[in-house]
Amino acid sequence: MTESGLRANEAELIQSVCAGDQEAFYELVRPYERMVYVTAISIVKNPADAEEVAQEAVLKAFSKLASFRAESKFSTWLVQITYNEAKMKLRKARPHLYESIDEKQQTEEGDYWPRDFADWRPIPSELLEKDEVLRALENALNSLSPLFREVVTLRDIQNLTIRETSTILGISEAAVKSRLHRARLLLRDSLAPGIDGCWGKGLAYRKVRPW
Amino acid sequence: MATIEISCVEVWREISNYLEGEISPEMRERMESHFKNCAHCTAVLDGTRNVVGLVGDGKVYQMPEGFNKRLYKKIQELP
Repeated sequence: MTESGLRANEAELIQSVCAGDQEAFYELVRPYERMVYVTAISIVKNPADAEEVAQEAVLKAFSKLASFRAESKFSTWLVQITYNEAKMKLRKARPHLYESIDEKQQTEEGDYWPRDFADWRPIPSELLEKDEVLRALENALNSLSPLFREVVTLRDIQNLTIRETSTILGISEAAVKSRLHRARLLLRDSLAPGIDGCWGKGLAYRKVRPW
Repeated sequence: MATIEISCVEVWREISNYLEGEISPEMRERMESHFKNCAHCTAVLDGTRNVVGLVGDGKVYQMPEGFNKRLYKKIQELP
């Protein structure tokens, strides 16, 4: 479906929901279920909490639907609600931890110098079928500070645009680009496969280099 | 016109924007000419591109089984 076709279809569904058709609401959010879940888990980190946040966000979207303005995309609006719900959950659950991680770790100041110059051969995505590779990737993502994980989740995992990412996070596009840059290099460093190329040989993932 | 050379540090600073296509044609040209002669920066570029491809593959953060059904049920239960 084209972008304008999708929007028209969503506008119709929204009208139906506002007129009392609850089934239409599920049809409206169904294409974005994964987006909502991934946004939630990237912030709260565990699947059970992420599911709870996703459900709360969807229900909140339902109750606020009449206030949705068509100048933004429905998906952006929904992800923004999810993002706020997830942040709220984190703040309630771990107020001290939340503050210390967000404010102090992995700052954006200064240049980032790559720590590892290992020469990567392209990693075929079939390798992601392997649990240990997927786990290494998720661990690397989870090791990022929230500031950086958020931008990677929205831009690289969910493939939203820089502009949509900046709208959802409430930061400038320049800030999105700069965090994205740092996040990608951090991820690369933490996944650097080392000189023996264990990713491609079907060996268990291990970081060969000590730094 | 000859391409103005740039340093590795300048290249690293722009790696992500390079992958986004968010740099000027002049900068792109300078970076590409740098990559031809610098194995380190090429390794950083390839690795970063790889990482972006892998996380965007759709397999990280898989939804728990039954997620859709439980969500649908929640919506049905709305007053």
